[in-house]
Amino acid sequence: MRPMRPFLAACLASLPLAAAAETPVLTVMTYDSFTTEWGPGPAVEKAFEEVCGCDLRFVTGGDGAALLARLQLEGAATEADVVLGLDNNLTAQARATGLFAPHGEAAPTGLPVAFEDDLFLPWDWGWFAFVYDRTKTAMPPEDFRALGDSDLKIVIQDPRSSTPGLGLLMWVKAAYGDRAPEIWTGLSDNILTVTPGWSEAYGLFLGGEADMVLSYTTSPAYHRLAEKDDSKDWAEFAEGHYLQIEVAGILASSKQPELAKEFIAFTQSPAFQSVIPETNWMYPATEIALPEGFETHRPAKSLLLTADEALEARGPALAEWQASLGQ
Amino acid sequence: MVAAPLAAVAFRAGGVRLSTPDLAALRFTLLQAGLSALISVALAVPVAKALARRRFPLRGLLITLMGAPFLLPVIVAVIGLITVFGRSGWVNAGLATLGLPGFSIYGLHGVVIAHVFLNLPLAVRMILQAWVSVPSERFRLAASLGFRPRDIARHIERPMLASVLPGALATVFAICLTSFAVALTLGGGPRATTLELAIYQAIRFEFDLGDAAGLSLIQTGIGAFAALLAWRLASAPGFGAGLDRALPLPAPAGWRRLADAGWLLLAAAFLLLPLLALILRGLPGLAELPPSLWGASLRSVLVALISTLVTVAAGLTLALGVARSRSRRMELNAVLPLAVSGLVLGTGLFLIARPFASPGQLALPVTVLVNAVMALPFVYRLLITDARALEADYGRLAASLDLQGVARLRYLTLPRLARPLGFAAGVAAALSMGDLGVIALFASGQEATLPLLVQQLMGAYRTEAAAAAALVLITLSFGLFWIFDAGGRHVQAR
Repeated sequence: MRPMRPFLAACLASLPLAAAAETPVLTVMTYDSFTTEWGPGPAVEKAFEEVCGCDLRFVTGGDGAALLARLQLEGAATEADVVLGLDNNLTAQARATGLFAPHGEAAPTGLPVAFEDDLFLPWDWGWFAFVYDRTKTAMPPEDFRALGDSDLKIVIQDPRSSTPGLGLLMWVKAAYGDRAPEIWTGLSDNILTVTPGWSEAYGLFLGGEADMVLSYTTSPAYHRLAEKDDSKDWAEFAEGHYLQIEVAGILASSKQPELAKEFIAFTQSPAFQSVIPETNWMYPATEIALPEGFETHRPAKSLLLTADEALEARGPALAEWQASLGQ
Repeated sequence: MVAAPLAAVAFRAGGVRLSTPDLAALRFTLLQAGLSALISVALAVPVAKALARRRFPLRGLLITLMGAPFLLPVIVAVIGLITVFGRSGWVNAGLATLGLPGFSIYGLHGVVIAHVFLNLPLAVRMILQAWVSVPSERFRLAASLGFRPRDIARHIERPMLASVLPGALATVFAICLTSFAVALTLGGGPRATTLELAIYQAIRFEFDLGDAAGLSLIQTGIGAFAALLAWRLASAPGFGAGLDRALPLPAPAGWRRLADAGWLLLAAAFLLLPLLALILRGLPGLAELPPSLWGASLRSVLVALISTLVTVAAGLTLALGVARSRSRRMELNAVLPLAVSGLVLGTGLFLIARPFASPGQLALPVTVLVNAVMALPFVYRLLITDARALEADYGRLAASLDLQGVARLRYLTLPRLARPLGFAAGVAAALSMGDLGVIALFASGQEATLPLLVQQLMGAYRTEAAAAAALVLITLSFGLFWIFDAGGRHVQAR
């Protein structure tokens, strides 16, 4: 009987069920589009599971702002170990929740500005820009004033329900400060409509309803690389372009801080970063080679408010926006 | 079901804060909902009248097809409308060829057009149902008394309309109260801020749950007020029972015939052109659909079928209960879910369910539940007129025969209510298919339903595939609707 015991134990240990119970599970909360079959999720999951000896599980919910709202609802009881997909306009509010722990990584160097934050680590970024169709608009405007003076119709997103919409609010604020209301008044007859989210606005633009849409400088790259369509471009504005920086953070309540740190470090590795440009259609945060044809030109100047400035400016900027467009 | 999530949000916030709501938002919400309800119902009366008294080829198909816009997911409907009425849409292209000035759909009128597009079908069906449930003997009596159309209008149609219009108005009004995507996308800017957007802002932008609960309470309160008003104004038609003989209604010739044809053509063009646009947009992308479409479709159909079963059972019980006891509080319960904010409902359920299970596991059950609750008002509203008539006309006979329980259900209730039951089940199934609902709050990535998939595709530049997935969604919801609706009509016609 005696020699049977180690054998039995070995059998039991090799049962998949028993094995699964021993594999640690890392739960990453991210926005909805990250985990779709055409998003970065599947490739990231495969690459990380190869090196971590763990099971990577995604939980999703809406977009970046919805993630933060959900974290605030759940508090320390959240099942998530890592949050992936808050952006620079949300980090001050996220920091104030006290739910995050330091990540301990050095800031990546692939960004056009320095971004230091002990709680939130950038993993991709992009410039906001107005995208247009070159076959329809030969001479795009070169700044906000020229756009306001033109007859071009634009679609933008509502800052109250959409992250790009909030980005535009910050863009105008960062570029014009106290004169922001003038710019909005100038734009009011150009704004065809304001949509709840990015996808409705971009859909209206592609359907030919509007001449320009608020999106990213990387949007034309999608059409160029994925659809072999070279007709879309973005208009360079003299004021500079506001940045959206997407960050990851470790939750202080995580029961697997080591594994969470391992994942945060992994977001900076080539295996993760190289997936980003052609799945998330954003710039990678580290200095790795971009896919052929991903970038044709880049803005000369980048604009960014610090997290605290952005939080402070948000309320007044929204009130100005409503007052200037609401007449 | 409505109160608990609201209470959960308020409790979490440590109380409801009735801050002075943005008065402009309140005014715009009331204005657009009021206009949408009035215009939808005003247009529905002549259309329903024409459908009730005219017989023509493909009439049944037209009635079914005209119900479709109501079943569309909101954002898909908006895309269809913009393809037809937008800046570069069909109507403007036509006007430009004729050398006429263009037409802009963005603004208050655009919001109202979209709401009429979405709700006219429901209003038509509610009124049409009231029309055909007037026993044909009354119209024969009118004919033998030599009534002219004006006399029929006075003695039959006006009392009939008085019994159905207030409910129809209140229902459309309550639906439009919670409008968010339509009002924003077509409203043209911050002028078109509704209460629902203010709730969105409170939760997402400021994370102020007390404010959200307060605003939601105001919104639900307005809906409840409209429902109470409707029920005070509605009167019982009192036509009595007939012999169920399907006799044609008097169909006056002359200009009235032309007018009826005109109304039907206009309504069909208004309701069906955007549908055609959606079909044309969807076809090219069918080859690009991702494999996850099948799982999402299956999940959506299952969710729809289960929530239909739940909501029809609940709706029938409620309608029969109200018809028998004439209790008014129950009636109020059946209208409230229309006016409650989806976001607050979802957030509340999230708070209630969170301590017991992870959101991922709850995604589908909660979606079933919320869809069932959201569809209940429609099911109830579609059943109540006939349930009341059933009770008034056959209640005493059934009592004298001691017809009770299952036997009563089988021999009296189900056969006599088959037509509205089938229609209500179809509406519930299609609504549940098309509703993005709370799944977006709970989903864990692997459990996308069809509407969520459409949204994900749209959010990833895949516009063509999104249009194709929307076409699949429309086809499936319409298919479910048609099976239930035709089934109900078939049973009752026997």
